[in-house]
Amino acid sequence: MADQALRKAPLAGRHGGSSGARVTPAGPATRLALRAGSDAIGTLSLAFGLELPQRPKTSASVTGRHALWLGPDEWLLIDENGADLLGIASGVSALHSATDVSHRNTTILVSGPDAAAAIAAACPLDLGTSVFPVGAAARTVLGKIEIVLLRTGKEDYRVECWRSFSPYAFGMLVEGAEDAGL
Amino acid sequence: MSGANRIAGQGRLTPAKTARFTFDGKTIDALEGDTVASALLANGVHLVGRSFKYHRPRGILSAGPEEPNALIDVSRDAARRQPNVRAPVQEVFDGMKVESQNRWPSLAFDIGGINNLMSPFFAAGFYYKTFMWPKAAWEKVYEPFIRKAAGLGVSPTEEDPDHYASRYAYCDVLVAGAGVAGLSAALAAAEAGARVILVDEQPEVGGALHYDLSVKIDGQNGYDWAQATAAKLKAMENVTVLTRTTAFGYYNHNFVGLVERVTDHLTRPDKKLPRERLWQVRAKRVVLATGSIERHMVFANNDRPGIMLASAARTYLNHFGVAVGRKVGVYTASDSAYEAAFDLKRAGVTIAAIVDNREKPGDAVLTEARKLGIEVLTGHSVIDTKGKLRVSSISVARNGGGSARSIPVDALLMSAGWTPSVHLFSQSRGKVAYDAASGRFLPGTYAQDCLSVGSCNGTDGLQATIEESLAAGELMARATGNEGGSKVELRGENAFEWTGGMAGAAEGAGVDTTVKAFVDFQNDVCAKDIRLAVREGMHSIEHIKRFTTNGMATDQGKLSNIHGLAIASEVLNREIPKIGLTTFRAPYTPVTFGALISHSRGELFDPARKTPMHAWEEAHGAVFEDVGNWKRAWYYPRSGETMHDAVNRECRTVRNAAGLFDASTLGKIEVVGPDAAEFLNLMYTNAWDTLKPGRCRYGIMLREDGFVYDDGVVGRLAEDRFHVTTTTGGAPRVMNHMEDYLQTEFPHLKVWLTSTTEQWAVIAVQGPKAREILAPLVEGIDISNEAFPHMSVREGKICGVPTRLFRMSFTGEAGYEVNVPADYGQAVWEAIWARAEPLGACAYGTETMHVLRAEKGYIIVGQDTDGTVTPHDASLSWAVSKKKTDFVGIRGLKRPDLVKEGRKQLVGLLTKDPNVVLEEGAQIVADPNEPKPMKMLGHVTSSYWSENCGRSIAMALVAGGQARLGQTLYVPMPDRTIAVEVSEMVFVDKEGGRLNG
Repeated sequence: MADQALRKAPLAGRHGGSSGARVTPAGPATRLALRAGSDAIGTLSLAFGLELPQRPKTSASVTGRHALWLGPDEWLLIDENGADLLGIASGVSALHSATDVSHRNTTILVSGPDAAAAIAAACPLDLGTSVFPVGAAARTVLGKIEIVLLRTGKEDYRVECWRSFSPYAFGMLVEGAEDAGL
Repeated sequence: MSGANRIAGQGRLTPAKTARFTFDGKTIDALEGDTVASALLANGVHLVGRSFKYHRPRGILSAGPEEPNALIDVSRDAARRQPNVRAPVQEVFDGMKVESQNRWPSLAFDIGGINNLMSPFFAAGFYYKTFMWPKAAWEKVYEPFIRKAAGLGVSPTEEDPDHYASRYAYCDVLVAGAGVAGLSAALAAAEAGARVILVDEQPEVGGALHYDLSVKIDGQNGYDWAQATAAKLKAMENVTVLTRTTAFGYYNHNFVGLVERVTDHLTRPDKKLPRERLWQVRAKRVVLATGSIERHMVFANNDRPGIMLASAARTYLNHFGVAVGRKVGVYTASDSAYEAAFDLKRAGVTIAAIVDNREKPGDAVLTEARKLGIEVLTGHSVIDTKGKLRVSSISVARNGGGSARSIPVDALLMSAGWTPSVHLFSQSRGKVAYDAASGRFLPGTYAQDCLSVGSCNGTDGLQATIEESLAAGELMARATGNEGGSKVELRGENAFEWTGGMAGAAEGAGVDTTVKAFVDFQNDVCAKDIRLAVREGMHSIEHIKRFTTNGMATDQGKLSNIHGLAIASEVLNREIPKIGLTTFRAPYTPVTFGALISHSRGELFDPARKTPMHAWEEAHGAVFEDVGNWKRAWYYPRSGETMHDAVNRECRTVRNAAGLFDASTLGKIEVVGPDAAEFLNLMYTNAWDTLKPGRCRYGIMLREDGFVYDDGVVGRLAEDRFHVTTTTGGAPRVMNHMEDYLQTEFPHLKVWLTSTTEQWAVIAVQGPKAREILAPLVEGIDISNEAFPHMSVREGKICGVPTRLFRMSFTGEAGYEVNVPADYGQAVWEAIWARAEPLGACAYGTETMHVLRAEKGYIIVGQDTDGTVTPHDASLSWAVSKKKTDFVGIRGLKRPDLVKEGRKQLVGLLTKDPNVVLEEGAQIVADPNEPKPMKMLGHVTSSYWSENCGRSIAMALVAGGQARLGQTLYVPMPDRTIAVEVSEMVFVDKEGGRLNG
């Protein structure tokens, strides 16, 4: 029997940013691409223990578990504690599609008073508090790549991207953070 | 000492704060806050450059971004050098090096000045005429000569060591320009609670308040009021004030580009600072407060150094404390120039005369001039000037003739009135309207949510400007939902209201003259050139502009456009609006490439996508190739091996033992839902409902027109779940194609798509020893040939982690593709490698993959197909279901052209000489002796040396290819003609037994 294979995160060992905006790779998390019609939302919400958001640019969070609205029938579920989201979904009989994307995405945390300015170096979204308050989420772009952005606190953001794009995203955010902190 | 022409007690710079730079090697003493132009003028230097075409001596014309003449080369060090910088906007810093341009051997003695004497040869449109005659001269004379002469500055050759930043921003109200109008508008909007961004290109706010000392606002000196207002705005949380920032482009939906110059004025900038910062602002409303630009007078030899705009001289005096001359003349058609004379006179400068070409100037300025004892010559004109490197005298004559009187001067100030700066308004696609009464183009029809205020809107009076701007600021704030704040009121007073202004050639430069009366200084266009253009048949301003290049220099005709129009209008005897105004384009002033590129350089130029096993591949000597944005291991040379050696070894090893291949980049799409099989039935040519869970099938996807779009293996994991693979390059477009059909054509189907390309690391283990390698690592899957035959898929574990294990082959050997969650990719690869290497296996790259698949005749979509190939053309008819009644492309496949005889079909080619490897893309003919043009039958799509066959192999698209099996065809090359035989496409293991080994 071979040894258990070890995980190697795409941004392992990286760090950067400025005093105004720290840029750090987040730890591993389980993630689910969840698709379902409106009739299944109630059952799925019950199973996942949070209310699946139904308005654009919103999310729901409960103790390290986030559900991000990405489209009228599409959510990204993230569990920072590594819960078996696919397992939970498989127990739901209401019609839906759940696909494990835990390893597809990786997360970069951007935190600090200049976090929004750091992201705004390459992200064309309006991150003003009235437009993008805590809990706001959006699939958007960062420079040349697609990201999913979640505002987790007044000065805290999660930037989700596909793993092969993560060095680019990280580099861009670090440059943004350095400039924002000046 | 910071210059002999600095006048004590004048200006706002601090005499104790000095800076020093060199101009053409000569040290210039300056003050902090000086521009290169003000510092040179303080030191009595007017001559700063040579003109573009005629190499005429040129001086400083303006005190702003409209400067057409004083273009200089500025450097901080060898790598930080920038040509064509406008001297009036470049702030000085200690140690800067400034060089003049377009002169050799020196500024004062320039050989190129001979062009001035040869000017009849360079008449307007001469460049176009060189295209016509004589043909022979083009290559030898015109082209090398014109190329060498074109352009002013010299581009830097070293890489730019600075970095640049960018920022997206949003606001309720963006205010462009921070003079009286912009500050008032910003204040009103900010007080109402709006998110405001206020930008101004100068180091400090104030605009015209830099020079107009007579203005008082709420009893305070205008300039001080401006600074205090800016400070107040900066302190407000809802306001961003950006100085040294140019709003250079106004795009759709109130998207405005700004460039902020961060370090160009600093002596020792912090290395962390970007040189410039690009701001991309989306504003709900825009207020344009861009002011206006003074025009020069068009008369003979109006371009000598020392001749400048009247308002510029006021700026140099009142802001920088510099007198531009000791005996100054004024030539004007507008009251505004009088105030320059008044300011200079009061500062102790002699005013030789004010020459006003109007019979009746404004009463107020006339009275004041008399009071100050300044001679005013109304109804007179300056008809010529003298002075080699600086103006020394002017010839003044009564309008309509009479003898000329020469007046010695060392500077001449001029004003033909003011042109509203409608550049940003025009960029916003707003339509300007001609106001005949004032002879100005003003904002007419708005295309976007913006308002113009102040002099760019044609509003003349100070109080009128203030009130208009306050109202606009408040209106824009209210329109964007801001209801707070108190109403702002301001009271402005100034000395004079200005009247007058003219456009076109002045006295002595009229229709029948041939004098050099410059309209466009930067491109050396004279009034007579515009008339010549009209005589040669150019009647539209667009044609006149291109023929003469009037307004086509980097200053975009900020000074010349209106004069050019007026001159054309006079010759054509048509009103100005009938000739039209050319459209202003972004950028308002030149923008560096650095700012536009900002962060997108080096590693951030484009994402370099690497697979989870990349580090291992790199450590094992892989050479990488770019496939889209992916870096893929191409081949793994051992020491001393060429690419050819390495690929031959890898090819042999895979067929004799086994090979490991990183297939992670293949596109993957999870198709889930009760209608998943039905959806795939519609998207692919094959049948999918018949595929049992646990089995895979090769599928072909067509476009509506029947041509092959993509291919790949699809595994059925469960009744309602498929794992689809696509080509590496096709991943995003196949996903879009599927999603598009799902949403628009098949919305009734209960099925969802998720891209899982990056969820899985994919390790292909191919070759006769593949099973032996994998068996001990796999848990929960019986991988025996019987339990897990070719084209199967199972879920289980490998090395303790979940896997989707495929039994499939793109080599023709027995093979597996191990899918594991990406973070485990490298560890699982290493574990497999630890088993594989002792068994004689190798890692192989994309080149070997290409050869091995070609040996089996497996096509690569995009290489062997080109968007005009049907499955039947590619010998893939077996993959097209005959039972299905619908799939994307089914009707396309029945088009007459797609079923007719003689279509190009994919076949194998074997060269008669087995050692000759054909060139991919080479054309194929039936008769090598046929006279040209020969009939091309098709082309080679894939061609390799096959070590396993011991010969070359190739695939080709050949007209009627299937019917030509066994025929000899020819591939004509530049040096020889290669004979080939048409063959089947399978070169190795024709029966396919090895797949099941």
